[in-house]
Amino acid sequence: MSDSQIDKSSALSFHQPSEVDLEKRQFLITATACTGAVGVAAVAVPFVGSMLPSERAKAAGAPVEVDISKIEPGTFMTAEWRGKPVWIISRTPEQTAELAKHNDQLSDPNCDVVSQQPAYCKNSHRSIKENISVVVGICTHLGCSPTAKLQAGGDMGSNWTGGFFCPCHGSKFDLAGRVFKGSPAPTNLVVPPHQYLSDATLLIGVDAKAEA
Amino acid sequence: MAIKDSQAKGLLNCTMNWIDARFPLTSNIKNHLTEYYAPKNFNFWYFFGSLAMLVLVLQIVTGIFLTMHYKPDAEMAFASVEYIMRDVFGGNIIRYMHSTGASMFFIVVYLHMFRGVIYGSYRNPRELIWLFGVAIFLCLMGEAFFGYLLPWGQMSYWGAQVIVNLFSAIPFIGPDLSEWLRGDYLISDATLNRFFAFHVIALPLVLLGLVVVHLIALHEVGSNNPDGVEIKAKKDKKTGIPLDGIPFHPYYTVKDLVGVAVFLIVFAAIIFFAPEMGGYFLEDNNFVPANPMVTPAHIAPVWYFTPYYSILRAVPPILNSQFPGVAAMGLSVVAFAFLPWLDKSPVKSIRYRGKLYKRWLAAFVVSFLVLGYLGTVPSNVWGQFGSWLGGADRATVVARIFTVIYFLFFILMPWYTAKDKTKPVPERVTY
Repeated sequence: MSDSQIDKSSALSFHQPSEVDLEKRQFLITATACTGAVGVAAVAVPFVGSMLPSERAKAAGAPVEVDISKIEPGTFMTAEWRGKPVWIISRTPEQTAELAKHNDQLSDPNCDVVSQQPAYCKNSHRSIKENISVVVGICTHLGCSPTAKLQAGGDMGSNWTGGFFCPCHGSKFDLAGRVFKGSPAPTNLVVPPHQYLSDATLLIGVDAKAEA
Repeated sequence: MAIKDSQAKGLLNCTMNWIDARFPLTSNIKNHLTEYYAPKNFNFWYFFGSLAMLVLVLQIVTGIFLTMHYKPDAEMAFASVEYIMRDVFGGNIIRYMHSTGASMFFIVVYLHMFRGVIYGSYRNPRELIWLFGVAIFLCLMGEAFFGYLLPWGQMSYWGAQVIVNLFSAIPFIGPDLSEWLRGDYLISDATLNRFFAFHVIALPLVLLGLVVVHLIALHEVGSNNPDGVEIKAKKDKKTGIPLDGIPFHPYYTVKDLVGVAVFLIVFAAIIFFAPEMGGYFLEDNNFVPANPMVTPAHIAPVWYFTPYYSILRAVPPILNSQFPGVAAMGLSVVAFAFLPWLDKSPVKSIRYRGKLYKRWLAAFVVSFLVLGYLGTVPSNVWGQFGSWLGGADRATVVARIFTVIYFLFFILMPWYTAKDKTKPVPERVTY
């Protein structure tokens, strides 16, 4: 008890309260805190950055070549590009004709959302060839892969004209990957950059003119 | 003998004194057990706090043993879980304890939260206990979500795909944020590896810390009770002990042990006879290895997420953006945090509330259960309305109605709790 009192009084004799420069003390506290904060932010960079896609993940993503000669009209096949399913849908002439008939039920019938397809697919059938659509089979809502319901009617109700149904949240798409109104999905399915190397060979991932 | 007893006692006292001079062991035992006075009118609903702690311990212990065999690698994860199930001695029991424990955790926590709601345990002075509790609930949801990816089955994969993509709906930063969370352009090995880190170390640490502050806050202000009266208001003049309080130990430790015994009977029965619970605790599709090319036909989250999932599904996109649905889902979970400030009733407990409140609470419970059910089934389960409603799915319309009721329970609470005709609250607890 007495010891600490002695300590206090001796400390006081070194520094009179009036000698404490409070402004300077506040400045030093602020400066130290700021320096510390900058240090913490700098150290956070590698930690936060370490969670970004790595160089290896970025490198995986080359274009893929697909043989499409075996797709019967009215069916589709799935190719894998950048880890995602890409559908190559071969429409019958009736199915292609149907595309123009239900525009009033679609959110974006004329493909006005630019990000969803390359310019060369902004047409009534969203494709290079009238009867073949190429779309990424990932729902634009939350990334599930919709299920093919290619036939009209069936368990989808009598109004159904054929297309894809997302099992996760019930989004509906037509045979050109255009989304029906009332679906949770906000936009049409993505048409990836692609080109035909020949009638039977499709290259997904690269445009005809530009390199992707 | 007598000499030996007293010698042993002396040794024990000596040891306790030695420890107490260096660590507050005796005072902690007193503060939190033998001299923590809890209201004497606790009922059935008060089992679930201690049961939640029991399940937490079970999850940590079984989790540690699972990590001894599990491989967080997209090539090996599914096979390593099957290896645990088939080749590791006791592996199937430990794995089923862990997977069943996850569902039981939510059952126990939902009942614990419901207790808090009906007895007004979130009201002044217990707002912080409640907020810590909501944080624990959020943390638990994260734990469950990260953990569900680890078996790398079809449901793991597509569940993670959907939830991570929820973040991409956030305006401006969304797509970059979800890419950062995944560490890749799709759910992949990188995602699995980091979810493993979150599941086994990051979130458990946070969870344990939150449980500690939840309990510190509880023991600071004292427990609420089914009457919602403060037992600290009436203390014994000599001892200062609340007249309606009894020491937590031995009275409630013994009571909770009965709860533990009954709980473990149920728990063991599930593990032995219905570990998958008909696809509700472990979904059928999760016994198929993850396939990024094919989404299973009927995808649904595990039952404890389905009410919120229903809300997500019910909200249509607005202005070509799915963000409103995502925001509604987030809000439906976070809404609980606002209860202490939404409730304007002069009474805490449902025992002294009027019909108006009880009707709203009933409507909320029904909404929660209906949304929960609808979340487990496809949205076309009840077929479509005729063309007079634009051919809308019946289940979606029902989900929308109950989503509105769900939110009205919170939004209108200041109004109906203030307007409600309450009954007089007794001075002391009743039992």
